[in-house]
Amino acid sequence: MEEILASDEPHVLAVDDNLVDRKLVETLLKKSSCKVTTAEDGLRALEYLGLAAHQDSSTNNNGSKVNMIITDYCMPGMTGYELLKKIKESLIMKDVPVVIVSSENIPTRINQCMEEGAQIFMLKPLKHSDVESLRCQIMQCRG
Amino acid sequence: MEIVGKLQKQFMDFMSSLYREGFLDDQFLQLQKLQDESNPDFVVEVVSLFFEDSEKLLNNLAMALQQQVVDFKQVDAHVHQFKGSSSSIGAQRVKNACVGFRNFCEEKNLDGCIQCLQHAKHEYFLVKNKLETLFRLEQQILAAGGTVPIIS
Repeated sequence: MEEILASDEPHVLAVDDNLVDRKLVETLLKKSSCKVTTAEDGLRALEYLGLAAHQDSSTNNNGSKVNMIITDYCMPGMTGYELLKKIKESLIMKDVPVVIVSSENIPTRINQCMEEGAQIFMLKPLKHSDVESLRCQIMQCRG
Repeated sequence: MEIVGKLQKQFMDFMSSLYREGFLDDQFLQLQKLQDESNPDFVVEVVSLFFEDSEKLLNNLAMALQQQVVDFKQVDAHVHQFKGSSSSIGAQRVKNACVGFRNFCEEKNLDGCIQCLQHAKHEYFLVKNKLETLFRLEQQILAAGGTVPIIS
């Protein structure tokens, strides 16, 4: 019984360099009955997914368990856009929906992300209703 | 019971004044809605993270602006973080202080930046004080055996 319920919970990887925002997105996702893993930057996110340059495909299978990735756009090192590109280049992860969040409403930025295959672009701070809507989208993607 | 009633009223009046005076905005309400039996200390936890993070950022900003050659991109990056986290917890006046700050960064205006830092710092310590008072009132209500009123 427990196993069925647990596998029913979507698993979301949330990436944000801001400590407060990471706590907030984690709580929002848990409130919407999602299992959450957080990462503080793009590189750590890729490492978790087993997609980092120094990893080979047998490193882990975390990627196949993740149902959605939510990433902040503005991050030092690797931006959310660059992370999105790396995910879309991966055979295992390319069909996993990637949500880009940003505190800034910049149309060129939004278009750039959508063209690269982002599922949706959302403005920070995220609200409970935003996350509930995302959860529905994940469940639809899983089919 | 008299005491609880008095404390609850004090709490509600104080909470209302924080919204009215613009210290907090709707986002703080969103945080309160996320708090529940499974996550009873959420607001205090996330606000504590905000305090920790902000004090580091304010120090970093002070240091960055004291450099011989100021790296305005770095200053802007710190302000962006500060704006982000203050926005996420609903600290409206701090967030607004950051908006002006970013403009001066873009113009590479050192004096403007220094003034903005003072302003942002001032607003931060004001809201910190207010929030600590709020949390103290909550503790007093709970200690007196009451429940903390929910403002909608």
